[in-house]
Amino acid sequence: MNAMLTREFWQPHRIGLAVTAVVLVAWMAVSLRWDWLPKYGPLLIEGVWVTIWMLVVSCVLGMLLALPIGLVQVTGPWWLAAPARMFCTLIRGTPLLLQVWLLYYGLGSLFAAWPEIRQSWAWPYLRTAWPYGVVALTISFAAYEAEVMRGAFAGVPKGELEAARAYGMSPFTAFRRIWLPRALHRALPTLSGETVVQLKSTPLVATITVIDAYAVISRVRQDTFLTYEPLLFLALIYMILAGVLVFMFSKLEALVPVKGA
Amino acid sequence: MIDWLVNLADWHLLALEPPGWGGLLLQGLATSIEIAAGGYLLGFLIGIGGAAGKLYGGPVTRDLLEVYTTLVRAIPELVLILLLYYAGSGLLNRIVTGFGGEPVEISALAAGIFVIGVVQGAYQTEVLRGAFKAVPFGQIEAARAYGMTGLQVLRRITLPAMLPHAIPGLANLWLIATKDTALLAVVGFTELTLATRQAAGTTKAYMMFFLAAGFLYLMVTLVSNIIIGYAERRTRRGIPEVSA
Repeated sequence: MNAMLTREFWQPHRIGLAVTAVVLVAWMAVSLRWDWLPKYGPLLIEGVWVTIWMLVVSCVLGMLLALPIGLVQVTGPWWLAAPARMFCTLIRGTPLLLQVWLLYYGLGSLFAAWPEIRQSWAWPYLRTAWPYGVVALTISFAAYEAEVMRGAFAGVPKGELEAARAYGMSPFTAFRRIWLPRALHRALPTLSGETVVQLKSTPLVATITVIDAYAVISRVRQDTFLTYEPLLFLALIYMILAGVLVFMFSKLEALVPVKGA
Repeated sequence: MIDWLVNLADWHLLALEPPGWGGLLLQGLATSIEIAAGGYLLGFLIGIGGAAGKLYGGPVTRDLLEVYTTLVRAIPELVLILLLYYAGSGLLNRIVTGFGGEPVEISALAAGIFVIGVVQGAYQTEVLRGAFKAVPFGQIEAARAYGMTGLQVLRRITLPAMLPHAIPGLANLWLIATKDTALLAVVGFTELTLATRQAAGTTKAYMMFFLAAGFLYLMVTLVSNIIIGYAERRTRRGIPEVSA
């Protein structure tokens, strides 16, 4: 962050570029149409909230799934490692949009044909779109992060685990105190990027009628016949969200002291 | 077992000839691969230029490229596809009419390739920049000392020496490109995913068609993985094995 304030950052050409950017933004603010913003503002805030909610829930649940799936591929018996590897290949080998549609249209139509499910307590939820969106996003995040965690678990030096054993830690204690924290720390830079990728995947749930920020903007486009303005505004929203994510992860990384840094 | 498989689903819905929908799916698959390959190649050209610009370009070029890669990596592909599709066709038409021509209808295929290419270009720029930097400068100096021209250095030294560093990243991006083509379904382009949805919506056999499409995508990935593995082994000849 301090890089912005230093003299090195403000070289002559950067001042020129910054002026150009400011002029461009000012031109956009003046000559493009933004009168739809007040009207759709509240709806848009709700949409952004849904986007953030989808992102947080799917990342947390997905990470909880990813840890065991990644771990069994490193130490587990083959009858756990093989299905885990197959799960990762299957999910990573097909587009997320297809998975979303498979769950919503495919599984949804199967559920609807089952009287037991239609009469159960879960039906009011299964009739709405968001559970399918959350499940699809969670599964996808779990598969990608399991791969990351597999590498991170395997990358923790053996000597540290042996030292833990020598201190008399039980395997579970060693996992909780040494293996997991060290693996998570190693994976953090990758996880930061992967979370941004996950943020960029959330608009796919708009295709199954979840009203997130993307869906609100689509409605604005339909109502006002504007092409660029809503999309540019949406791009700005995602850029801010991505920036906040990256900033939060960099703070998280700075929490752990690194030798030589 | 075979009886069970036969009764499991209405398999003739997947027949290649109408009334089966198999032909449509395969056509969609061919379009998807076509766009992925076109976009990937365009992205590679942008990536080479971008990496060279970031490493050897002037300060303005470097900053502008930084803006390009940052923007593409922060904005969802879905939004970029819409923006580039409308902005690209609008801009082209303004140029054409500016020169006194008739407004042109841009083919969906070209638009799709353009969009995937711009997205891929940003990511490939980063991968190739890292790979270029991994080539020891002494090797390039040695080549220059032998009197090779810049192009010869690139062809004989830099490209072969950077390939082993670039291939894992580039391979990953190819797999992403094949999957990103599915996003074009949202703007109404009939590639594999949208063809599948049309078939599923008409026949109501949602599960079967989405699973079939998933199988096709998976085959693309698995076949790609085999080729990638071969390419990786070939380019890494003579480099000592590093245990992961």
